[in-house]
Amino acid sequence: MSIDEIQEEIIKEFKNFDNWMDKYNYLIKLGKDLSPIDSKYKTEDNLIKGCQVKTWFHSTFKDGKVFYDINSSSIMIRGIIALLIRVLSGQKPEDIKNADLYFIDEMGLRENFSPIRPNSLWKLINRIKQDAILYETKMAK
Amino acid sequence: MYEIKNTHKISLFDITKVRNDFPVLSQKIYGKPFIYFDNAATTQKPKVVIEMINKLYSEYNSNVHRGVHYLSERMTEMYELARKKIQDYLNARHNHEIIFTKGATDSINLVAYSFGEAYVKENDEIIISEMEHHSNIVPWQMLCKRKGAHLRVIPINDKGELLLDEYKKLINSKTKLVAVTHVSNSLGTINPIKEIVAIAHENNIPVLIDGAQGIQHEPVDVEDMDCDFYVFSGHKIYGPTGIGVLYGKERWLDEMPPYQGGGDMIERVTFEHTTYDELPFKFEAGTSNYISTIGLGVALDYLVSIGLDNIQNYEKKLLDYSTTKLMALNGLKLYGTAEKKVCIFSFLLNSIHPYDTGMFLDKMGIAVRAGHHCTQPLWEHYKIEGTVRASLAFYNTFEEIDFLSEALKKIQKMFG
Repeated sequence: MSIDEIQEEIIKEFKNFDNWMDKYNYLIKLGKDLSPIDSKYKTEDNLIKGCQVKTWFHSTFKDGKVFYDINSSSIMIRGIIALLIRVLSGQKPEDIKNADLYFIDEMGLRENFSPIRPNSLWKLINRIKQDAILYETKMAK
Repeated sequence: MYEIKNTHKISLFDITKVRNDFPVLSQKIYGKPFIYFDNAATTQKPKVVIEMINKLYSEYNSNVHRGVHYLSERMTEMYELARKKIQDYLNARHNHEIIFTKGATDSINLVAYSFGEAYVKENDEIIISEMEHHSNIVPWQMLCKRKGAHLRVIPINDKGELLLDEYKKLINSKTKLVAVTHVSNSLGTINPIKEIVAIAHENNIPVLIDGAQGIQHEPVDVEDMDCDFYVFSGHKIYGPTGIGVLYGKERWLDEMPPYQGGGDMIERVTFEHTTYDELPFKFEAGTSNYISTIGLGVALDYLVSIGLDNIQNYEKKLLDYSTTKLMALNGLKLYGTAEKKVCIFSFLLNSIHPYDTGMFLDKMGIAVRAGHHCTQPLWEHYKIEGTVRASLAFYNTFEEIDFLSEALKKIQKMFG
């Protein structure tokens, strides 16, 4: 499935929740279900810097596609990460780089991506995009 | 629907009337009544302060200490009256011992620079404590780096109280200054300032008290405390932002060199040499924040009109009630259980990340802070990275605490 197709699917799923409590409950569930990051990737280098919520980022590149290991000390953030992984993991670097992640707005999660929040999500998105650009450059060589 | 009531009937003042004095409190957040428990970050402003700021800009605005014209003179009178009000509030001996700054942080930086220039040499020592806000750590670290001096730290016990015996051991002939907080912004501990000062003075060492979290909860009498410096921020005592106070004993301020150069702090300037104005102007370079200064004076008038004893008694009852209520929650761990403390509650709920708890409380209309609260070294003592912090003021109610307790139970259920 393409990035946009997955986003549409998620938006449709979230339409079933008519209040914030249900929506957040679902995010908590996703957060709890997200498989933990391999401890060998839980390094200082993989830590997204400057945030009060600790988030680790690692990616691998296989057959022209990027796969993610991301995790966070906050369950809520982990729930949102689970969605990001569902949308972006297994996609091509070029598509990740150009992705318009409109599902964040559609689901009313934009506030979690604000640079003034002490979490790491907006920095995580930057990292994901920069990472995709690096793989794209490598592929071009 | 949740309403602000005074059903506990133990207030010594009319809480409904007090709350009406603070316009921001009556609004709704996400359609829910707004509960403001982030008072250690900043306090809300009473109408009298907001109206005064409006009036000053609308009718009086003119630079102070400059003009020969009517408005400038009126503004200067009001500005200097504010200095007098602060002098009285702190019971300082002299008017010129009150220096206006940008805030508590600015005041500490001023002392770290100017006192440091005058008195601190290589291998000297500055004593701070384990519970200090970054604002009372970093300026001293910078001074130590500049001069080749060393920072010494008074440890705490697990309740969050300073170990005074350890403090005594840290004092030696190289100690040049002791800088400790009046009240911990993260734990709420009220430190035994008089004792700390007395111990330092036995060794002829001056003491700076960071009053950023003390002045709004505790009576401050600098003469009685005998501290050498006391600093605080206007915005944490119901006044405007951008104004702070440095109280310093005349003997130190006289000897310390200016912190910043510029207008208003000079006596005579030539290209070869400048002589400085006398206290307090020597430390007030540039156009001061005269509007906020006058606003701060009005905030102090307001507190006096409510009655500082009334505020303290009410806050003590809020503290006791909140402590009992929060401790009754299974899975809530309170950090900061000192015998003497103010209405600041740092806690963790089960193993839920403070960010998650804070975010859910926000959705329920309750404003708290989640994180390290600018005291990262303190949390190393407890081996955690931070907490959720609910910090109360005298306009908070017992019902709001009930509401917080219920909200925390809901969060426990959601994350359970």
